Parts: sequence; structure tokens; C-alpha cells
Amino acid sequence: MDNLDQLVASATADFAAATEPAKLEDAKARYLGKEGSLTALLKGLGKLPPDERKTAGAAINVAKECIESALATRREALKNAQLEAQLATEALDVTLPGRGLPRGGLHPVTISLDRIEQLFRSIGFDVADGPEIETDWHNFTALNTPENHPARSMHDTFYLLGEDGKVHDDVLLRTHTSPVQIRAMLAHTERYRDALTMPELRVICPGRVYRVDSDATHSPMFHQVEGLWVGETVSFADLKGVVADFLRRFFESDDMKVRFRPSFFPFTEPSAEIDVAFMSGALEGRWLEIAGCGMVHPNVLRFGGFDPEKYTGFAFGMGPDRLTMLRYGINDLRLFFEGDLRFLSQFH
Amino acid sequence: MQFSESWLRSLCNPALSNEELCHLLTMAGLEVEENEPVAPEFAGVVVAHVLSVEKHPDADKLKLCSVDVGEAAPLQIVCGAPNVAAGMKVPCARVGATLPGIEIKKAKVRGIESHGMLCSARELGLSEDHAGLLPLAADAIVGEDIRKHLDLDDRKITIKLTPNRADCLSLLGVARELSALTGVPLNVPAINPAATVIDDQRAIRLDAPASCSRYCGRIIRGVNANAPTPEWMKRRIERSGIRSISFLVDVTNYVMLEIGQPLHAFDDAELAGAIHVRLPTPGEKLLLLNEQAVVPGPDTALIADDEKPLAMAGIMGGEHSGITNTTRDLFLESAFFPPAAIAGKARALGFSSDASHRYERGVDFELQRRAIERATQLVLETCGGRPGPVVEAVAPEHLPQRRPVTLRIARVARVLGITLPEERIEAMLKSLSLQVERLAEGFRVTPPSFRFDIEIEEDLIEEIARLHGYDSIPSAPPVARMAMMPAGESQKSAMALRRQVAERDFHEVVTYSFVEAAWETDFAANAAPVVLANPIASQMGVMRSTLIGGLVGTLAANRKRQIERVRVFEIGRCFRREAGAGPVDGFAQPLRLGALAAGPAQPEQWGVPSRRVDFYDLKADVEALFAPRRVEFAKAAHPALHPARCAELRLDGVGVGYIGELHPRWAQKYELGTVPVVFEVELSAMLVTPFPAYAEVSRFPVVVRDLALVAPQSQALGPLLAGLKAAAPAIVRDVALFDVYSGKGLAEGEKSLAFRIVMQDTQRTLEDAEVDAVIADLLAVARRDFSASLRG
Repeated sequence: MDNLDQLVASATADFAAATEPAKLEDAKARYLGKEGSLTALLKGLGKLPPDERKTAGAAINVAKECIESALATRREALKNAQLEAQLATEALDVTLPGRGLPRGGLHPVTISLDRIEQLFRSIGFDVADGPEIETDWHNFTALNTPENHPARSMHDTFYLLGEDGKVHDDVLLRTHTSPVQIRAMLAHTERYRDALTMPELRVICPGRVYRVDSDATHSPMFHQVEGLWVGETVSFADLKGVVADFLRRFFESDDMKVRFRPSFFPFTEPSAEIDVAFMSGALEGRWLEIAGCGMVHPNVLRFGGFDPEKYTGFAFGMGPDRLTMLRYGINDLRLFFEGDLRFLSQFH
Repeated sequence: MQFSESWLRSLCNPALSNEELCHLLTMAGLEVEENEPVAPEFAGVVVAHVLSVEKHPDADKLKLCSVDVGEAAPLQIVCGAPNVAAGMKVPCARVGATLPGIEIKKAKVRGIESHGMLCSARELGLSEDHAGLLPLAADAIVGEDIRKHLDLDDRKITIKLTPNRADCLSLLGVARELSALTGVPLNVPAINPAATVIDDQRAIRLDAPASCSRYCGRIIRGVNANAPTPEWMKRRIERSGIRSISFLVDVTNYVMLEIGQPLHAFDDAELAGAIHVRLPTPGEKLLLLNEQAVVPGPDTALIADDEKPLAMAGIMGGEHSGITNTTRDLFLESAFFPPAAIAGKARALGFSSDASHRYERGVDFELQRRAIERATQLVLETCGGRPGPVVEAVAPEHLPQRRPVTLRIARVARVLGITLPEERIEAMLKSLSLQVERLAEGFRVTPPSFRFDIEIEEDLIEEIARLHGYDSIPSAPPVARMAMMPAGESQKSAMALRRQVAERDFHEVVTYSFVEAAWETDFAANAAPVVLANPIASQMGVMRSTLIGGLVGTLAANRKRQIERVRVFEIGRCFRREAGAGPVDGFAQPLRLGALAAGPAQPEQWGVPSRRVDFYDLKADVEALFAPRRVEFAKAAHPALHPARCAELRLDGVGVGYIGELHPRWAQKYELGTVPVVFEVELSAMLVTPFPAYAEVSRFPVVVRDLALVAPQSQALGPLLAGLKAAAPAIVRDVALFDVYSGKGLAEGEKSLAFRIVMQDTQRTLEDAEVDAVIADLLAVARRDFSASLRG
């Protein structure tokens, strides 16, 4: 039996020594081929007496299996080595740039508007839109700002020429997004006119607005977001809660200070200006005026189709341009409207 | 409204620092915009008496002064000021004093010791005046700190008043507010009616009572028009932002600042007969004090005498009737003009005056007589004169009414979201000089004559909130009945579309809605755009009817910055006249998406050959943005675009936009370098996506056949493909073009179009014979309808 063990050991060693498939096949022939040593042993079985033949045969078969297994393992190893060698020649420079189009990006103010929409949607505000050439009635009169009201001098309004060359007195470029309040209220009260109960109206109105003004901090066209919540139990405390919450979420700053200070708008009463102060960064500790707000004036509710005895509401208006400048530390409003790709490509 | 803090404190002086005072006013709605010292910091400067002046032995321009600063012995000071003279009182910076920028030390000037410095106004930082020493009043107390003597620790405070708070356009008004906020009582100077010395008077006729419902006039004879304005008065008005002119003018301004009543002083010698407040006669002209000649509108009241117009009522005096330094007799006017009569009139003339600013917001209509008495008192104190009686004309039916307003306690709680005790509310209202009467569920409140902004319950609620402090109202997380909002699957949001466009390598821009008129003619052939009446600049004169101009402008601007590859888009409104087109009659204002690409199709890349972006690149963008909807491209013309490289975009046969290369003419005119490709689509068309329509997935094998056709070069693919698809039976899943070829092997004017036809049935395996029949049918259609043949 020692012979068989030696034979297996010798075959395993020969296979291991074969470094390429052809040599491995030569080695295989030496053991398992027609003239191979193991084959010879098998052939020699016939010469043994029958009582030994069985035991010897079994032993030879075990040895044969060992050799075949060693052969298979070696074949697999050689195949893998060959594949690896092949793959090594196919190496790529993985640091070369990828192919295809890169990404563009959204305008920074759009990014803010999107965040504003998301934040307000999360507490049940819908988004409304309105025309930019607006009627004088929606822009002023229905917002409790009759003709010659001194508050009209707060806006420098763009007017349009008619086809006859005369100035239209009934249309203008909207000076704020507040007229969308009126449109949203009218649509809401009309929709539920015959209903038993009217759901609350919660809406924000983002968009472009226009004023005759132009310098580093004023653009003749800029953005505003108006917010409105009308219901049966809406109070000034709710207004403070919603707006302060929004500002802290928008700026992702829990420790931001928010203060409300009395002010005047014809369409709200009581009215407030909202100031914020950051607790860190370049503007740390400075009060920055950021929005106007107040309880919707009863006359405005009436113009919107609501009974002010039954319903109260709050409204706020803020400048997404300014919010965006503060958020990203942008120092010149004009950059938003100049289309400079070196600026725009910083935002995605 | 600018004022001197120390003047305010003379009327109401709570124990608050300057900073605390300003914060209190700001948080009460009188926003402090500016708060600056009247003088820079310095110390050690006192009132000095110049005892004697001698020539410096070694310098022609220097003098040796002996100066009393209130110490035992006089100081010797060398001084070069030209106006130094014995007997005058001047500021003296003693040794050890710190002035803006310098410290005073004992020094030798040309060999003579000098123990301090006599100061000019500039050396103290008070003004730019350095012509000589700052002369002080003869009665100044020697040795007194100059800061105390000139009240230099005072500050100038400017509050930004909202238009509803006209009552705070005076020191008295701000002091009243301060008193209400702090409980510190008001200390208003007593106004005693002057004893009438003469009987002279002018009759007053209110011919336009709606424009002037109260007018008080008084003659004061024998005034000294050259009397200097007392220093204290000059200081107060100058620190309140009004230049001192002459005493008589200063008095009118002083009273206006102090109690809020604009006054006008006429030279009585220039007046003839009675005073009329009347509307102008047609074409009547008036030369104003500011030398502006005006023809007042028919509803603008004038102050006139029997012969001529004198002033624009409540707005500005006339050039020829005002007081001068030769005036001896004065006619003082103190009138009430209702806000509606004044509002907007000065603005229409292009200016604003202190008087019109106050009248159009509302002046206390019970103040006129008090104001004229106050002015008389000040005139008599300083420049003498003999006053006549006050003549008052009043049209009571045209005076403003102060109607009581009912305030319900429950309403306060409902609007503010806090509960305040009744007593506290009552006390707050009373502190604002409101008349308060208790009712069962609240109060009946009557506002005083100086408040023009209290007409409804909410006005009172605002006052309560202000006095309580907005900061003291809690921020409450709101409670509401919630309902889910609709979220339609077939509707895409504009924001989602924006992101999709950005993913395709476009940067979003926001360009102006007003553009130059040339852009409208060039890019929209629009000769009649919507024109602005008051544009900010001529190149922003008309409303855009296409986004292309703004995109081209963006490209041109980036080209100037040497950026070659530009891919931008914008979503915005376009404007055109159209009756019945939208929410505002006469104007269509659709939202559109526009995009532009220029320069290399891809950024410079090692793995992709460089080429310019072309029509088909943007076409792929359009197709992807519309997917899964199929958009059709039909050859078309557009004023902005290359006539042979332009298509209209259609959805179900309806035009929704255009795509094409910019017309080379415009590329040249706007110096774009290369020609960009643009598209512009109605936004609404891009926001609808079809609801998925399920179709059974086949388990049977797919059969693919290729069909190569030869067609005339002019044959567009669109109709041919549409014709093949229309002719194909249901088993044809797809007909796709996979090759276009012309050249070798084909005749001149011919091209080959190769289609891959994919067939599959949901119920069975297709047989060769029926597949062959389909291909034969398609070929027959191509032959018959499109003059195409099978490529050999």
C-alpha cells in the first residue's frame, strides 16, 4: 500500500509542478494515461489471486480518485491564474473622468422657494399662483388701499400704456404677491358658498413682483412669498408660532432669535414687521428685517368673501431673495438676475 | 421724523438709557432707524473768558491770551485764531483734555508756554467751521463743561414712522407715546393766550370748506425780523433736521416740530384785504417758495387775498408773500386741511414738504388756536411785536368726526390669542388719551382728535397688542382641522420639471420680464408689445412675449465672460394683449419654459469627440421632458429661428411651442459667436403626464425583421414612420429607425432608411408566413405613399 501513497504524493507533486495546461496534461498521462502507472496497476489486478483482488482494487480506486481530484484542483487553479493574467492586461485608468452630460442646477431663489413650499406644505398649506399684470383692484383696492391712500406711496408702481398710448389706470405690474390672497379667498369662498361648513384656507403664493427701484439692494423685479391662513379660530399667537417656526426651519437654526414689532400695512391689523438675529456667523446678533405680517384686515376678509365676525386670519409676506442671500451669504441682489454661470453653477 | 433726544426728554423723561428708550420706541412701532450723537466724544473742554490778548513776541500771527477758566489764576494760552478778542467767551481745552484725534498737553509755542487750546467748532467735531474760535453766549458760565453748556451729550434720533402714525410727527406726539408706554407723566410747556394789543385783523373766508375746515389767523405788528434765533431753539430744530433760516421762520418750524401743527408766516404788508381759502380759477398760476411755477389742479385749494393767490394750501407758500428780513408786520396762519384735500398733491408736483407730509397723514384738528398762541408767545419773547386778535373761521361739518368704536373683550382674546384682564385693557386705552366708557361686554372708545387711525375694533386691538408688547404674546403652535391635499398622478409640478431640466445639464436663470423693444421685434416679430408707462430704463421698456430674448441675453453676457459652453433655462411668464385670455382681461400671461444651449455638446472630454450642440441634442431633451408623451415635430417658421432648422412642437396636433437654431442674423447681431439652439414651450403642456395604461405582457417569442428602404432625399422621416405605423397590424410592437444613409451605392438624391420591425403576439407564436406578409404590406405602403423602394 505504501506504493500507492507514494504514487499519489508523486502525482500531486507533478501536477503542482506543471505551470501550464499542456504540462499538466503530460503529467496526467504519466499516471492516468494508457501507459500511466496507475493504469498499469489496474491492469496488474488480474494477476492477483481473487481473494486479494478485491482489496487491492479498492485501494487502487481510492488512489485514483485522489489523483483525479488533485488534477481537477490543479486545472481549476491554472485556469484562474490564466484568467487573472488576462484581466490584468485589461486595466482601466479609473481616475479618468466619466462620459456623458454633467448636471445643471436650479436658481438659488428657486431652491429657497422649493424649501418654503415644502415647509408650508408639511403643515397643510397649498400653493397658489396669480397674474403678474394685475388689476388695480386686486393689487390695492381690495387690499384696503384706496386711491390716494398714503400707503400707495410706499410702492412705486409700474403702469402700462394702452394701445392708444394712454396710461392704463386699471391694470399694473403687481407690486406684491398679496393680490393672490384676494384671488385665493374669492376662489375658496365661492367654492364653498353653498356648503354647510367651509374648511380653513391655508395657502402660500410665491412669485415675481415689480417696483420702480434699482440699486444694490433693490431690483425692479424681485420675488415674494405671501402666506394666508383664514379660519374660525386663527389668532395673532398662531401667526407668531407659524412664522417663527418657519424661519427657524428654513435657516435650520433652532437658536435663531425672532421678534415681532408693530408696524403698518393697510391690509393687516394688527400688523408686524419680523426681525431675525442669527446667533453665529458674520451677521451674529444683528436684527435683520425679514418679513411683514399681521391679522387680515376685516375689510380685506370682506373683499375676499369672508364674514369677519365669523372668520379671522393672518397673512405674511417675505422676500425669498433676501432669505436666499442670508442663507448662502450672497451680498449682491443683482447677481440673481444677471445669469452669470460662474455664480449659478454654485447651486444645484 | 428726526428729533433731539434731550428735547423729547424735556417733555417726558422716563428713567431709561438712550438704548433702552430707542428699543422701547422700536418695539412699540416707532422704529428707531438712526440714533447718533450730536458731537463726538471729547472731555476736558470748558467755557473760558478771554481776559486779554497780546501779540506773540516772535510770531506775527500768534497771540498770547490770558484766559479765565474758573480757576484761581488765569491761564496763559497761545492762540492763532483770527477772531480771538478780549472779552469773548470761547471753548477752552485744558491741559489733559482729549479732543477728537488729539490730547492737549502743556507746550511751548515759539518759546512761550501755552496751558491749553482755545477751540473752533471743527476742533470739537461740531461742524466744519474752522474760520475762528467758536464764540459762546455772553452769559455762559465760566468754567462750565462745554458739553453741558451746549448740551452736547444729546443725540439725534430718527424714527421711521408708518403712515398711520401722523400723531407722532411731533415731539409732543412721541412724548405722548412714551408716556403711555412708561407711565411717566407728560410735561408740556404751558401755552398762555397772548394779550391782544391791537385790533388789526383780517377777515377769513372758507370758500372751499371741504379743503379747509379750520383757519386761524393773527396779525403781529412791529416785529424785529432781524432778531437772532435763540441758541436753544436753533439747537433743537437743527438737531431735528431742519435748517435754521431766520427767527420768524424758525418759530413756525419750532412749533410744528414741538406740537405738530404746520404754520405759515406771511408778510402782512404784502396782503390785500381778506384771506380766502378757495379753489383756483381756471389757468391760475402761482410761483412757489421753491421757485417752481405751478398751475394748481382744480381740486387744489389756494390761500389767497382779495387780489391774488398767496400759497398752495397746506403744501407750500408762495414766493412773494413770505417774510423777509425787512418784514415788520406778520400774518400768522394756523389751519387744518383734511388729509383727502392734500393727499398726493405734493407728490404729483414732484416734491414733499413738511407741511404736506403732515397734512396728508392727519394733523390734530383741534390744535390750530393753541399753535398760533404758542408761536405768538415765542415771537413776543424774542423779537417783540404787538399782537392782534386770533381770527378763527371754521366749517364744523367738514371737520373730521371721532366716532366711538366698540371693543369687545372676547374679540381681543380671539384676535390676539391671549386673555387680558378688563382693567388692564381699560388702563391701556386711557393711557393713549382715548375716552373709555364701560359696556356690558367691553368698552365704547372714542379716539382723540390727534388720532386718525382708530376707526374699527381691530385698530383698538392693535393698540392693546402694542402696549402689551408683541413680545409678550406667546408663539403658539397652531391647532387646525387637517385634510389631505389632492396629489394627482397625471399632474407634474413645475418644481419637478425644473429638476428634470436641471438633470439634463441646464442651469436655471431668472431674467427680467421687461425687455428692450428690439428683442420683441427680433425674437417674436412683435411690433405692438405691452409697453410700460414708466420703465426704469429704456432697455427695460416692454413686457416680453417670449423667453428667447432673456436666454439670448444670458448667452451674450456669459460669452463676454469667456464662457463658451452655455446651457440655460427659465420658467416665467410671457405677456401679450388678448381679450378674455386669463384672470386679467385684455392680457394673456402664460407661463413658459424656455431653454438655450450653445457651444460644445459636452464639456471637453477625453472619451468623446468634440462637437457643437445641435438641433437633435435639444430635440432629445424636449422628447425626454415630455416622455412618456410623444411630442410631434413639424417643420415650421419662427421669427427668432433659422428658417430651415425650426420645428413646431405639437401634442395631439395642437401647437405647444417651438424648437430650432437661432437665426444666424440674430447670432451675428447679438455677437453670440456660435449659433445656439433654443426651445420654448407652454408650461401647462409639460405638466400633464398620462396615467399609465396597462397592456398584457406577452409570453410568446419576439420576431425581429429589418426593412431597408430607399427614398428621395427630401422625404422627411416623420410622415413615413407615421405611415408605416398606421399601416402595421396589432402584432407589430415597434417600428424603429436604426440607420440613415446616403452616398456610395445609392443614386444622387436618394437616401436609405433602415427600420427594425418588432413583432409579437400575446396569444401564440407567430408563423413565418404572417411575418413575411406584414413586411410585404409595409413595403407596399412605403412604395405607394412615399415613393420608396426596397433597398437591393
